[in-house]
Amino acid sequence: MSATDQGRLAVLSRIRDALGVTGRDRTREAAVEDRLRRHKRGTIPALAQADHEALIELMTTMLVNQGAEVTRASTPEDAARAMAEDLRAHDLPFILRMGSDPTLGSLPWDAAPALQRRIGPAKAEDRAALSRAVVAAAETGTLFLVSGADNPTTLAFLPETHFILIRPGDVVGSYEDAFDRLRAIYGEGRLPRTINLISGPSRTADIEQTIVRGAHGPKRLHVVLLV
Amino acid sequence: MADASFKDSAARALADAKFQRALLNVKRGFIVKRAAAKSKLPEFDQLRDEARAIKDHTLAHLDLYLEAYERKVVESGGEVHFAPTAADARSIVLRLCRDAGARLVTKGKSMVSEEIGLNAHLEAAGIEVAETDLGEHISQIRGEAPSHIIAPVIHLNKEEIAEDFVRTHRGLPQGRPLGTVQDLVAEARAVLRAKFIAADVGITGANLLIAETGSSVVVTNEGNGDLTETLPRLHIVIASIEKLVPTLEDACTVLRLLARSGTGQDITTYTTFATGPARVGDPDGPRQYHVVLLDNGRSEILGGEFRAMLRCIRCGACLNHCPVYGAIGGHAYGSLYPGPMGAVLTPALYGIDHARDLPNASSFCGRCEEVCPVAIPLPSLMRKWRERDFERGGPPLAQRLVLKLWALAAKRPRLYHALGSGLVPFLARLVKSRGSFRSLPFGSAWTGTRDLPAPQGKTFHALYQEQKRSGQS
Amino acid sequence: MTTDAATKSPLVGLFVTCLVDLFRPSIGFAAIKLLKDAGARVEVPESQTCCGQPAYNSGDRADAKALARAVIETFEGFDYVVAPSGSCAGMLKVHYPDLLADDPAFAPRARTLADKSFELTSFLVEVLGVDRVEARFGVNVTYHDSCSNLRELKVRDAPRRLLAGVDGLALSEMEETEVCCGFGGAFSIKYPDIANAIVEAKARNIAKSGAACLLAGDLGCLLHIAGKLSRVGSSVECRHVAEVLAGMTEAPAIGQARKAG
Repeated sequence: MSATDQGRLAVLSRIRDALGVTGRDRTREAAVEDRLRRHKRGTIPALAQADHEALIELMTTMLVNQGAEVTRASTPEDAARAMAEDLRAHDLPFILRMGSDPTLGSLPWDAAPALQRRIGPAKAEDRAALSRAVVAAAETGTLFLVSGADNPTTLAFLPETHFILIRPGDVVGSYEDAFDRLRAIYGEGRLPRTINLISGPSRTADIEQTIVRGAHGPKRLHVVLLV
Repeated sequence: MADASFKDSAARALADAKFQRALLNVKRGFIVKRAAAKSKLPEFDQLRDEARAIKDHTLAHLDLYLEAYERKVVESGGEVHFAPTAADARSIVLRLCRDAGARLVTKGKSMVSEEIGLNAHLEAAGIEVAETDLGEHISQIRGEAPSHIIAPVIHLNKEEIAEDFVRTHRGLPQGRPLGTVQDLVAEARAVLRAKFIAADVGITGANLLIAETGSSVVVTNEGNGDLTETLPRLHIVIASIEKLVPTLEDACTVLRLLARSGTGQDITTYTTFATGPARVGDPDGPRQYHVVLLDNGRSEILGGEFRAMLRCIRCGACLNHCPVYGAIGGHAYGSLYPGPMGAVLTPALYGIDHARDLPNASSFCGRCEEVCPVAIPLPSLMRKWRERDFERGGPPLAQRLVLKLWALAAKRPRLYHALGSGLVPFLARLVKSRGSFRSLPFGSAWTGTRDLPAPQGKTFHALYQEQKRSGQS
Repeated sequence: MTTDAATKSPLVGLFVTCLVDLFRPSIGFAAIKLLKDAGARVEVPESQTCCGQPAYNSGDRADAKALARAVIETFEGFDYVVAPSGSCAGMLKVHYPDLLADDPAFAPRARTLADKSFELTSFLVEVLGVDRVEARFGVNVTYHDSCSNLRELKVRDAPRRLLAGVDGLALSEMEETEVCCGFGGAFSIKYPDIANAIVEAKARNIAKSGAACLLAGDLGCLLHIAGKLSRVGSSVECRHVAEVLAGMTEAPAIGQARKAG
């Protein structure tokens, strides 16, 4: 038996001894299988069960309280322009890194003609990036980004300015609602390499309990809600 | 951890005025913020009950959930290693790093990695280890252990940190601005960014492991966990076995309590679910994903009377609310795990004979249990440790003698009352004009810092008997 | 057991507590007065000594059990057992059942005792239905919640409700009423530096409240706090809430000498 197998056997048998069980107990196995299969919800906060417009409001409020900027764009042109305007206002280069997400690709980028797009995972020198959140849980203003070529994970962490686009139809109330959306995409019991639940810009309070933005991740998070 | 060293460390901490001010700000901040977060979530207590039940259920089926978890990790392309001891865990991690040709490892915050002494082990093998959580980075360059499980350098001020940066961040201009907290964070960001990008291996802990999907969950505010687990070609998770929960829904329940309990935030900035290595077509992410599951005494705790301690989700609420921790800080405990949770966990991992002060240095005020999001009965568990300590003759002889004499008298009411009737008037006469003792032979433990109010002059029982005899009552 | 009489005039066994017995009997007499005024009959069994908490909290389970059994036997014949102390009442109500859980003879008796054991102010308000006491104390007071009262017994409102009815009394709540005073029984002498730091914080909060008098429901807390206040030269007086409610405030405050003249 390899060292790894020995370790595995040692730990599992110690656990079984501690619990006073054997590894061959159908009742226990059934209880575990059942719980995993049903993945029953616990208590969902009432505020996560409001009507959709209230949830959009809630998400916006939470994000702003947590240090993000939120723009409601009434048209896709406005969305593109808002991002260009943001870069201009912060004196940043007109370069936006993004993945191959078709929703992002199909935005009317000619409404912001000075903006150059770079497609692919983030490079160290990128100053701004755009991702799309596949779903957001309004209860704490939490955006769910998934890994992959559409929205590479590094976009959310390397550049100092991060834009996240979210469509209203992708805003739900609770974390559980969000995970149900992911189950619909990826199947039961499976997830992509990374799901980032992002609720604001990077921050730290480690030094003298003073909050500073941009500890390692983005200094600014700008959420664009495409209504 | 002998009596002398705990008391000495505590005394030093109490005498350090700067440290006391830092402690005050921190604990009050976390206490006020937790209360505010709780008041905004009416379902908080309900969620607490559910979280406790989730943990108890998981612990009762831990073997099966670990097997289910392992299957899912493998299915998603990762590998799981079981480490019975700290030494096993260290050698597994070192082997994985060597196989990956690692020269630089970045690390997210992980108490378990400190528990097993991982950094020293890797460094001895010629691998550079860079802690990336800002507080852990500062602790590392100071060569210190963190003093709080969620706010590692709560005990330092910015001037001290600036000195540390000047000393250790090489190659930067001498007179550069480091006067503000912003300056310090900016420098740390730049210095650590270079490490993130150059790292061969990223090691994180896990706040949770999820059996349903084979995922590990890391929560941070900084984003360092994400850079650690996304940029290098190998991501290693080191987590203790009791971090497991069954489903995503269970994880949601626990996550609702974790940040609120510890820092008063509704959610941390980043909560990241990692499942396996990068998939085919992923343009970033690690090519390999390995999980090292550490036992190191937990299976034994599982089988004993301290099992409830394994519910702990490492939120830090008990530390924040503890009057003892609030007075002496984390280092005085002399243990990686301080405060109330440390008072129970440390003897469980290392033996009561090495840690007897920890469960003894408590007034049993009960705030820890009150704020624990998984309702661990911390004072009761500390009391159990005192029972074990008593059984092995741990308490000092003088203490055992006094308590034994007290119990002997208390079991003999007539003797007890006679002694009281003799002693009390005598003591009262000693301080006739003053009302309190400023000093008392054998009593300097109290009177060193506090007066001792004098007894009124007769015992209640003596007075009551007098009244009965004279027909008054 | 007096069933019929229980609804009219319950028979209360007073659990004096060792600290009250030795240090401040006036609290015991105040408790008797309050209970009688509220319509109870009160007896004080002679064979009581200590609830066993010192042994229990030091890990000496055997002695703790022995004392618990003695208390159970002593108080078995009463309708209620009332203590002017959250920590002793908590011992009887919360800990005795745990302590004797694996003693087949005493486990049910411990539960019975637990059900009928109460801290004084909560007993007056919640069982005897006392709304108001006849007392006068024209002083600005502040109130410290002992940890056992607050967290073991959930007693917070009862003492305040009764104090609200005392003529002339003003209650200025201090900050952090819910924070420990640092007594913790033997803790205060096993770890004196830490206990001192904790009670210093409590003393600062008391000073900030502006009150002239500190009240509490536990003599252990009161001895500790009074000892600190006196050491720092504070003029704040310390009394037990029962003494104020019973109108028995002639005696010197805790730790203070009788004033001349």
